Amino acid sequence: MNAVTNLARLRGPGIFAVVAALALVVAPLALEPFRLGLLAKYLCFAIVALGIGLAWGQGGMLTLGQGVFFGLGGYAMGMHLKLVEASSLPSSGSSSGGGPALPDFMVWSGVEELPALWAPFADPVFALAMVVAGPVLIATVLGLLVFRQRVRGAYFAILTQALAAAFVILLVGQQGLTGGTNGLTNFFELFGRDLADDSTQRGLYIVVALVLGVLYLGARQLVNSRFGRLLVAVRDGEDRVRFLGYDPAVVKTIVFAISAGMAGLAGALFVPVVGIISPALLGVVPSLELVVAVAVGGRFALAGAVLGAVVMGYAKTSFSEQFADGWLYLQGALFILVMTLAPKGLVGLAASAREALAARRRPAVPASRTVKEIA
Amino acid sequence: MEAFVNQLPIGISIGAVLLLIALGLTFTFGQMGVINMAHGEFIMAGAYTAYLLQDLTGRMAVIVALPVAFAVAGLMGLILERTAIRHFYGRPLDTLLLTWGVSLVLQQLARDLFGAPNVQVQAPAWLQGGIGTLPYNRLFIFVLALLTVAGVWAYLNRTGQGRRMQAVMQNRGLAAVSGIDTGRVDQRTFFIGSGLAGVAGVALTLIGPVGPTLGTYYIVDAFLVVVAGGLGSLLGAVVAAAGLGLLNSYAEFWSDASLAKVIVFAVIVAFLQVRPQGLFVLRSRALS
Repeated sequence: MNAVTNLARLRGPGIFAVVAALALVVAPLALEPFRLGLLAKYLCFAIVALGIGLAWGQGGMLTLGQGVFFGLGGYAMGMHLKLVEASSLPSSGSSSGGGPALPDFMVWSGVEELPALWAPFADPVFALAMVVAGPVLIATVLGLLVFRQRVRGAYFAILTQALAAAFVILLVGQQGLTGGTNGLTNFFELFGRDLADDSTQRGLYIVVALVLGVLYLGARQLVNSRFGRLLVAVRDGEDRVRFLGYDPAVVKTIVFAISAGMAGLAGALFVPVVGIISPALLGVVPSLELVVAVAVGGRFALAGAVLGAVVMGYAKTSFSEQFADGWLYLQGALFILVMTLAPKGLVGLAASAREALAARRRPAVPASRTVKEIA
Repeated sequence: MEAFVNQLPIGISIGAVLLLIALGLTFTFGQMGVINMAHGEFIMAGAYTAYLLQDLTGRMAVIVALPVAFAVAGLMGLILERTAIRHFYGRPLDTLLLTWGVSLVLQQLARDLFGAPNVQVQAPAWLQGGIGTLPYNRLFIFVLALLTVAGVWAYLNRTGQGRRMQAVMQNRGLAAVSGIDTGRVDQRTFFIGSGLAGVAGVALTLIGPVGPTLGTYYIVDAFLVVVAGGLGSLLGAVVAAAGLGLLNSYAEFWSDASLAKVIVFAVIVAFLQVRPQGLFVLRSRALS
């Protein structure tokens, strides 16, 4: 009996080790650069999904606005890359004023001077700090304002969705500042490395995979800690937690901010991997798609969130390559099926399959014996 | 001052559209706790109903379509409730995701049936022109919204069905032990709530083209109306819709269209600091 439980305890780390080895060693060697780039993109989404898994699966906060935080991280990175590129290419249009060089799209939309908002992003340290700090700050302020007033459940979901909608409209409208609908694109180098180079892309993939792995372990640690128990308690009975003397608003805000920070980091990694950040990637629909992915993978397990993001990302690419229209039907139908038949997602299905298998393999324990054991 | 006056009808007509959309939502959301993301697609269905009726009735399509669209969208809602949402009561966040799946399918269906490009519905000739800066079509929507509110109010307060609906909204358990068939009331609520979306869709054909994603433009704002107005409150929906409509139009005028949404969002979050449950709250002793 002891050996069996020991084995069961090793199963989690065992799976993690195998997946990590596959992701870090096998995939970079076996996949061609294009496919590896796609995988890196899915892993970026998986980082966002991990945050959603924390906030929604563990904390019960259905956040439909993760695209906003993803975008804040992505734009912070994109702005930095644009500024570096502009200063390294002394083109005719940009250096006329004598001030700092302007990114190409600003020249096109008739902006004469570098906006004050942009200037600090030339510094890589500031840009990288903002990748996480921006989303965390906004999530903290919003979380405190909303959770302290006990706005929760569906209300919170609707508010985050409205935030995503407003954010996209703002980005599109401020053409000269954000590049409008086109967003920021045409990146050529990252910290002095050529982005078109295969080895840079492979290195980026490794970085993304490592970040995901580290964040996953950190999130697991969080969930298994006392704080994690408190979080689940808040999800299942917020008022009871309050009566016990905790402040659920603080717990929720912390986790919401962590999930926002993860999304920001994912956005920053996404930019050099995919080469673009634009409003179409962060609106209401992309934000919801990630929530869908988490639900499909299994929202109550962090691994489910990651799995869901990779599976749905892969499914989307391979289906929309062949029939673009079919994808919407498939996504919609898949979603209806998952929500009605398997609310715990793929991970839940796997778990119940394993239980069913185990139940068949060993004879059912007589009821009297279990009672005796407990006594 | 002149700008203030000019923006007023625009704001009110945005408010009227939001109200028509939010009326249905406030019942399905308020009574059943169902966040129906497919509500936007019921709007779209109402609009396409007017488009299809055009072949039969010519320019009177908008008027004829009002009851037809109510029935069409209502039936769609009823089917959705019976086949799917029924199994999700008590899990509001799950219904949000479920109905989003439904809305994706319906959008693609519309794209396949009617084509991706937008279509136009001809407004009746007598709706062209206007009084001063106030076009007749906006006025028509305003009157339609008023009549709809009056109708809903009368239904809720003057009919037995409406009273049962209120009872279920206020306390489902108590209503059930008092002999009300809550399942039937739910079906009716969903039919009416979705039907109102269809009416809103017909109204939208007067102010713009009809496309598969018509509903998605309005759904987020309509949900905000419900949040700000208070769940299941008719008066709350009216006040919040008018407020949001005016806020939208003035914010757009004084800043620009892209900042307006951010301002509206900030105002709503600020408003929730004062009234976290919305303008009008159903008083109950329930904790949450």
